Amino acid sequence: MLSRTAENLFWIGRYMERSETMARLLEVGYRMSLMPSTGAGNRNEWESLVVAAGSSAGFRDKYGSGEVKQRDVESWMFFDRDNGSSIISCLENARQNGRAVRTALTTSMWDALNSAYLELRELERTPRSELALPELCDWTKRQSALFRGETEGTHLQNDGYDFYNLGAYIERGDNTARILDVKYYILLPTTDTVGGGVDTYQWSTLLRSLSVFRSFHWSYGSEYSPRKITDFLIFNRACPRSLLFSANRVGLHLDRLSAAYGSESPACRNLQKMLTELSTTTLDHVIEEGLHEFLTRFINDNATLGQSVADSYLFGVQ
Amino acid sequence: MYDGDAIRPAYEKLDQWVKNTPPEVLLQKKKEAEALFRRIGITFAVYGEGGDTERLIPFDMMPRVFTEPEWRKLERGVKQRARALNAFLHDVYHRGEIIRAGIIPADLVYRNEAYENAVVGIDPPAGVYSHIVGIDLVRTGPGEFFVLEDNCRTPSGVSYMLENREIMMRMFPELFRTARIAPVDNYPNLLRRTLASVAPRKTEGDPVSVLLSPGSFNSAYYEHSFLADQMGIELVEGQDLFVKGDFVYMRTTQGPQKVDVIYRRIDDSFIDPLCFRPDSMLGVPGLMNVYRSGGVAIASAPGAGVADDKAVYIYVPEMIRFYLGEQPILNNVQTYKCADPDDCKYVLENLKDLVVKEVHGSGGYGMLVGPRSTAEEVSNYADRIRAKPEEFIAQPTLALSTCPTFVDEGIAPRHVDLRPYCLVGKEVHLAPGGLTRVALTEGSLVVNSSQGGGVKDTWVLAD
Repeated sequence: MLSRTAENLFWIGRYMERSETMARLLEVGYRMSLMPSTGAGNRNEWESLVVAAGSSAGFRDKYGSGEVKQRDVESWMFFDRDNGSSIISCLENARQNGRAVRTALTTSMWDALNSAYLELRELERTPRSELALPELCDWTKRQSALFRGETEGTHLQNDGYDFYNLGAYIERGDNTARILDVKYYILLPTTDTVGGGVDTYQWSTLLRSLSVFRSFHWSYGSEYSPRKITDFLIFNRACPRSLLFSANRVGLHLDRLSAAYGSESPACRNLQKMLTELSTTTLDHVIEEGLHEFLTRFINDNATLGQSVADSYLFGVQ
Repeated sequence: MYDGDAIRPAYEKLDQWVKNTPPEVLLQKKKEAEALFRRIGITFAVYGEGGDTERLIPFDMMPRVFTEPEWRKLERGVKQRARALNAFLHDVYHRGEIIRAGIIPADLVYRNEAYENAVVGIDPPAGVYSHIVGIDLVRTGPGEFFVLEDNCRTPSGVSYMLENREIMMRMFPELFRTARIAPVDNYPNLLRRTLASVAPRKTEGDPVSVLLSPGSFNSAYYEHSFLADQMGIELVEGQDLFVKGDFVYMRTTQGPQKVDVIYRRIDDSFIDPLCFRPDSMLGVPGLMNVYRSGGVAIASAPGAGVADDKAVYIYVPEMIRFYLGEQPILNNVQTYKCADPDDCKYVLENLKDLVVKEVHGSGGYGMLVGPRSTAEEVSNYADRIRAKPEEFIAQPTLALSTCPTFVDEGIAPRHVDLRPYCLVGKEVHLAPGGLTRVALTEGSLVVNSSQGGGVKDTWVLAD
């Protein structure tokens, strides 16, 4: 397969996953803002979202350094093309990547990408007062689910499928780490103490925003605790959004590529290192190191992994 | 559609169908068709304007119909012309017999912008230069066709021939059950075989063909991806290809893979920055060296454009007599060369009745349609001709064929032309259909999509 085609598929995977994360982050913010008061002395929840999304510098340039408002964050994270990770940028980039490799997509996959784009253009023309944030978030998640479904249902499970999934799971690991990090920004000092009502509500909001609220109950019983939730989102092998699950999936697709091409790439070694660390570290280690420090390290290692996939396959080594 | 008051037999079934279908159903179908085009993403880009960069070409649901005997004549004529044009190309890059024989002026060929010195003396496989020839035609009466222009480089629009048919079949299955319409869906298959048939002699095993596109921002990108998809070959851009030793390779996730035939949809001047425009980002450095040494085939061959120049057009009937020893089956439109003082005088005196075109222009831009222009437009254009007469040619306006077309007021006649696609490899093929373009403005003769033209499905009825 053409290296450029592989690269485009990889980025379609990343952008579609990222658009979903942005919707989920916005949902976290929305739910948290419905609480009467958040922990005193801590940062505003909307601001924390922008920080967690990794785009606070751009946001500050555009909206100034005053209080962060919901409407501005919505604009920035959903509609703003100046923000490379906004939902509109993600969906347009995914479609542009898809358009560049139309021959590598099934018609159903293209249809899903293109319909999302056309509907988005409609949304842009709709007055903002008629668009409620929860609906926008639901719409975005639906597009991403639709595309993933069409991919699973119609695409050949060949190397192209692997490159798409590598993009999607590398992105997902990154994104779960970022969402978990939002918690850090809001309730910095209370990681290892069980908080009051507000605190618990915020932790459970994380689960809801990742659509794994019920899954958590199935795995851990009904009592939330920050420890359990952190464990669930980092170390649970069965939770489809945990860091370990994402890394395992990346491993699966790297192994499939190694088998198909008859040789291992340097990316496999990078991944092995991450997997070893995830399986030997315990929650106590994480809390001791500091959740934020742990997540930052994961995000960096994950980025290195993405780079090594690109170096091995996507740039067309001669 | 009508011959006097009588309906031409080819259109009888269609006429019945229109009469039996309520107008609101037709309108509904028209909306459905547009939604389908948009969803599939069959769009073209318009350069130099803001707003929506991906536009739909207006699709007209009334097909254009040919009877089989009529089509057979047209087919022979198009194939004849395609063979003659290829013979001409081979000749002008070798001994130049037609010039020595005094039939075509040397300057017109050798000083032509499209003439490539870089390919003189090269023998492309099967001696073919133009592998896909698009001939733009108009019908003026029963069995009577005039050629407006030849396209020997990379004629576009064939995806519309295929997609228009697809959409028509989806929307009006009942029409296809009652009329026997020759299928066109074999075209991609024929194109793939044509490309494979011109693979270089050095090829080992099955030839690997690719379609070289300038990329997704090009106005015909949809067509590039569509054709690559239908043929099952890779759609590549310049950055995907590189030259190593005597061959061209594409970059793949498993390392380099050799390429034997390049169906290129980029202009000559962008193919190889080492040979032509050094600022080209679209081409492949060193490609021309590989081509010259017979390591890769390029379709159409660099330099093929010299055959479809508007000033060379005038000599195509002579080419047919000279190379094939046959009488031309399709007519040329009487053409006045403003470079010739007598012709120029005639043109300036009769501007009101003529269509004037720029010799190197395309896309329907910069032309003057005398009968439909104001006195001021005509006089301004006359000044341009006087300033640089060699850049213009003029033709009489023909009694162009019209075809029933859906417009706001209902069904009305509109002017149409036709571009059939002739494939030239070891064999010559013509798909039974083509791209019918229609001028949607009443009375207009300009069918180009960039100038408000639309497209129709083209039917050849089996006997």
